[in-house]
Amino acid sequence: MDLFLKIAVAAVMGMVVFYAWRAYQHWQEHGPKAQKGDWRAVVLPLALVVGLVVLLVAMVR
Amino acid sequence: MANTDYTIVRSTERAIATNKVLKNTYMLLSATLVFSALMAGLSMALAVPSWMYMVSVIVAMVLGIFVLPRTANSSSGVGMIFLITGLLGFGLGAILTLYLALPKGPQIIGTAFGGTGLIFLGLSGYALTSKRDFSFLGGFLFAGFMVVFIAAIANIFLAMPALSLAVSGAIILLMSGFILFDTSRIINGGETNYIMATYGLYLSIFNIFIQLLSLLGILGDE
Repeated sequence: MDLFLKIAVAAVMGMVVFYAWRAYQHWQEHGPKAQKGDWRAVVLPLALVVGLVVLLVAMVR
Repeated sequence: MANTDYTIVRSTERAIATNKVLKNTYMLLSATLVFSALMAGLSMALAVPSWMYMVSVIVAMVLGIFVLPRTANSSSGVGMIFLITGLLGFGLGAILTLYLALPKGPQIIGTAFGGTGLIFLGLSGYALTSKRDFSFLGGFLFAGFMVVFIAAIANIFLAMPALSLAVSGAIILLMSGFILFDTSRIINGGETNYIMATYGLYLSIFNIFIQLLSLLGILGDE
């Protein structure tokens, strides 16, 4: 039962990867390009997320 | 003069439409999160076995890929999104039952819950108040999505703790990026269907919570 479920989950996740591939192609072709300062505007909040996760792990240890 | 009036009216109409999608999205998101939590509570009360999580995820993913997009433009789409989020919540209950049995279980669950809330509210607030359009992240996020999911599929069978940790961390970062991306698309008119917008944000929140549970469960153990 456990192996069957794992195979089923893997199969469905494989389908999701296929749809993600199609979405990737669409966004590569039609998506806007980053403007000046856009990547910095993304990296900063994600760095804060990393810091928060580290803090949460320290709280639980 | 007439052209300027027309431009102003069109801009106002667009702003009103965007605000309506935003409002409906957050209202539906709140409702689905509450429903999901209730279903998780029911699942815990019924003490469903842990394999129910996998079954719920499989059914929810199939519904999300094949059924929801077809019903998102009708009223049945609301019922469908409640069905999907209810299923995911029911499966989550089985996982929470496992964590509650751990020595620091309640602390891990509470910390993951608070952390998920902080991450979502912080990133949403940032996307709403920032003047930036984060749609440029699309290609990068979906590429990362594919890589991480392939690693996750491999780890289903390999069951390597180090890979599990890496996948959890990567998914948290990816879903954080998706919160910025999805919220930005709603604000800038890229997503006009509040049901699909809700589905995207719900999945980001759900995945961040599940992966935080996993991370804290592994790393929090001295």
